[in-house]
Amino acid sequence: MTVWFIALLQALLCVALAPLLIGWVRRVKARLQNRRGAPLLQPYADLRKLMVKETRVAHTASPLFRVAPYIVFVATWLACATVPLIALDLPTARIADIIVLVGLLALGRFFLALAGMDVGTAFGGLGASREMLISSLAEPAMLMAVFTLAMTAHSTSLVGVMEHHLTDGFLLRPSYLFAFGALVLVALAECGRIPVDNPTTHLELTMVHEAMLLEYTGRHLALMEWAAWIKLLLYGVLIVNVFLPWGIATAFTPAALALGLIAVVIKLALLGAALALGETLMAKMRLFRVPGFLNLALLLGLLGLLSHVILEVGA
Amino acid sequence: MPDSPLVLALLALWLALGSSAVSLLAGREPRLLRLVAVPLLGLAGVTALGAGLWTLIAGTSASAILPLGLPWLPWHVRLDPLAGVFLVLIGLVTGAVGLYGRDYVRDFEGGRESLIALGGFSGLFMAGMLLVVLADDAFVFMVAWEVMSLSSYFLVAFQHEQAANRRAAFLYLLMAHVGGLAILLGFGVLAAFGGGFDFEAMRAAELTPLWAGVAFALAFLGFGMKAGLAPLHAWLPEAHPVAPSHISALMSGVMLKVAVYGFIRVVLDLNGAVQWSWGVALIVIGGLSALIGVLFALVQTDLKRLLAYSSVENLGIIFIALGLSLLFQSTGHPNLAALALVAALYHALNHALFKSLLFLGAGAILHSTHERDLDQMGGLLRRMPWTGSFFLIGCLSISALPPFNGFVSEWLIFQSALQAWTLESGVLRSLVPIASAVLALTGALVAATFVKVYGIAFLGQARSRHVRRARPSPKGMWAGQGLLAGLCVLFGVLPTQILGLLDPVAEQLLGTGVPQAGASGWLWLTPISSETASYSAPLTILLLALIAGAAIWWFKRGASWRVRRCDPWDCGFAAPTPRMQYSAASFAQPIRRVFALLFLVDEGPDRSADGVTRYRLKIADRAWGWLYLPVARAVDASARRVVRLQSGSVRVYLGWTLATLLVLLWIIA
Repeated sequence: MTVWFIALLQALLCVALAPLLIGWVRRVKARLQNRRGAPLLQPYADLRKLMVKETRVAHTASPLFRVAPYIVFVATWLACATVPLIALDLPTARIADIIVLVGLLALGRFFLALAGMDVGTAFGGLGASREMLISSLAEPAMLMAVFTLAMTAHSTSLVGVMEHHLTDGFLLRPSYLFAFGALVLVALAECGRIPVDNPTTHLELTMVHEAMLLEYTGRHLALMEWAAWIKLLLYGVLIVNVFLPWGIATAFTPAALALGLIAVVIKLALLGAALALGETLMAKMRLFRVPGFLNLALLLGLLGLLSHVILEVGA
Repeated sequence: MPDSPLVLALLALWLALGSSAVSLLAGREPRLLRLVAVPLLGLAGVTALGAGLWTLIAGTSASAILPLGLPWLPWHVRLDPLAGVFLVLIGLVTGAVGLYGRDYVRDFEGGRESLIALGGFSGLFMAGMLLVVLADDAFVFMVAWEVMSLSSYFLVAFQHEQAANRRAAFLYLLMAHVGGLAILLGFGVLAAFGGGFDFEAMRAAELTPLWAGVAFALAFLGFGMKAGLAPLHAWLPEAHPVAPSHISALMSGVMLKVAVYGFIRVVLDLNGAVQWSWGVALIVIGGLSALIGVLFALVQTDLKRLLAYSSVENLGIIFIALGLSLLFQSTGHPNLAALALVAALYHALNHALFKSLLFLGAGAILHSTHERDLDQMGGLLRRMPWTGSFFLIGCLSISALPPFNGFVSEWLIFQSALQAWTLESGVLRSLVPIASAVLALTGALVAATFVKVYGIAFLGQARSRHVRRARPSPKGMWAGQGLLAGLCVLFGVLPTQILGLLDPVAEQLLGTGVPQAGASGWLWLTPISSETASYSAPLTILLLALIAGAAIWWFKRGASWRVRRCDPWDCGFAAPTPRMQYSAASFAQPIRRVFALLFLVDEGPDRSADGVTRYRLKIADRAWGWLYLPVARAVDASARRVVRLQSGSVRVYLGWTLATLLVLLWIIA
């Protein structure tokens, strides 16, 4: 029973921490760009404000438009809840393995793209078309990267992968390096960060993610934004906890859990700062340069998988 | 007296023939088709479903000899678990089509096309498919196969007043017969070693590796052609869409699976001695079909053509899984082979369900709007809420999204592919990950395709006047779709039960099943072991529902649950018109550009005689230029040579006949 309780706690923690991470990334980015920037807790204030504001829906929208924010939010949250955040051996990870996680994210994206097309404006279709272009190349790259990890650990469960990594010690395997590269590129693309998409732009012709959200207001917009932030947290946790799982609680004692929390917060803070630095140094790519970027990710993922089955299995 | 499931299956056969016979009277009394023939077809489906389920639950086989056929070769029929699975598949879809067809065929009453042909050949088509599955000797199999192919030819040619339909039907007939010839030759090889045309003798035959390979290649060619595998797929998207929609559902949903059945029967059951190179061939061709199928589906603007291309893709996925199964079987991992085989069967069942659902949905749109072109549709979800909701379930299922059924089978295929590390050979070990990369890419592109389909057809605003005035479809039509949609959800949420039903097939063909899949209880699907991988569809859907319920409760508590309707914002530009929306072609354009090498594109502005400029966009399949046209030209050229024999004189012809007879006698003697 305590196990399920901790799983619930961790799931709630994901939702609670997501706005903090995005606030931190924005803050660091502002400082790097010599701006003062919004306070660290601004995303929470934004959410609160959106929640209490009146929600408007276009005349031309169908019922799907009103259902989609809930599905997107719930699917993303459930995906995030299956990733071990502070404690390792949780039952939620058994409900859904890595492939299900990718599937849940795809479910959210499916509804996000449909919602973009629902009102029947030009920008919504534009965003949906581009989002599906990006995801159709990013998703296989993501799967290749996680397959590399899964084949090494002989398990597609994230717990299995992390446990394998913890017991094996820090081995610098070539397949891991390739998978790491692929996962970082995919994370940038899937979370709509520079250089694939600019999360702060409302310049019509360059929008991808924002274009699909244009018609949303109030609590619908809050849920959509929150889901996007949870997704960023999910990819962050995936990168830091899969490749550097040390510090995560393997026993359910309060001390171990506290240590796990501190460890993951520090790791995410460092990763967030790295993201902010990268976004400050790089410019956004043209849309038709993005397939090249993602093909690189796909190639890295495939190379990781091949180098694993050729170099590491027999040896 | 044979066992009861077999009697039930034969009853289904008679019901299908009865439906065909009743239709003969439809010329005089058109209502007979709607009131008797179509329900009889549905009843035949339900009966077949019962027979199949009975066999699978009991896990037994029954055989019988029918007093029909040649004097020295009576008809053998047999109902074993493999046949049972496909009876279930045929039964489920035909049952739903029976519900749906009653209202759909009403459109044709009083039309120019012959109702006798529609009803008569539908019944024969169904009977043919049932008999293929039940056949236990090559003779019955080929007779049933030809009945199936020929009757479906007449259904493809049903609306024969359009030249394009006649052309598609002829192409279909041609391909069906080239394929049928290959299958016949394959049976010939097996019969030569087995010493008889019944399957019992073939099973016992000991083939040399070379001849086993020949038999495999012929079966792969014949059944693969019927299943629409690339690069021989180009006939399929021509033929399937032009039949009436409920027949398209049967052709894409069921008949392609009958080809899969034939392939499994010949290669895994009759041929037996599996070689690893067969698995490689299947994986390569399957991967090619999956990618080509989905990319061409993505760029189509005709809804039914798009669905037909997507069938090519799904059959590719099924053959990848079969290839994995052969690969594992030949390298001595029967347990993994069983997993891959069960995954292939699962995907075959799933594809039958969601593809039929989508074709029935396309039929409902056609019925209400007389429109197949996506670029004329839009906003149909509000006009046809039931069809729209069921179609959404079909789209989610085919895009392999949890917790729907397509996801489970693709998950199982991935799980078996991830066991590639057990293979000894490094080359095979690296082939399987590449296949899974293709599968992953395919899955993501399918999602893009069906976002396009649903977004363009059902969401947004109507792009033409007749679509804006679409009426909801009649009850019978949405009941048929609702049945299939419910089954899609059921197959997604209860995977352990379905795997339990499919298990006897793996035991029958490979000697081992996948008992570990449900070892942790019905909630948990654990295909290899609970440490390796687990997925709980019931808990996933439960958690999704719980969180969504909590979120809705949270917002309902607050004061502002109501929303205010307003004009779309669209960045503050002028009020958008329907023509400003993305179209099906523009949605697919970025991906088309990324995979530009594959498509033969002809585009540019066209100025017509009345001074209107239109943009022309035609996307052709390269398979035509590379494969079909050269063969057609070669056939034409050789026909021109042969024509010299035809002098017009009867004496010369008689001379040729006599010479042929003498040569044949000399060969036999």
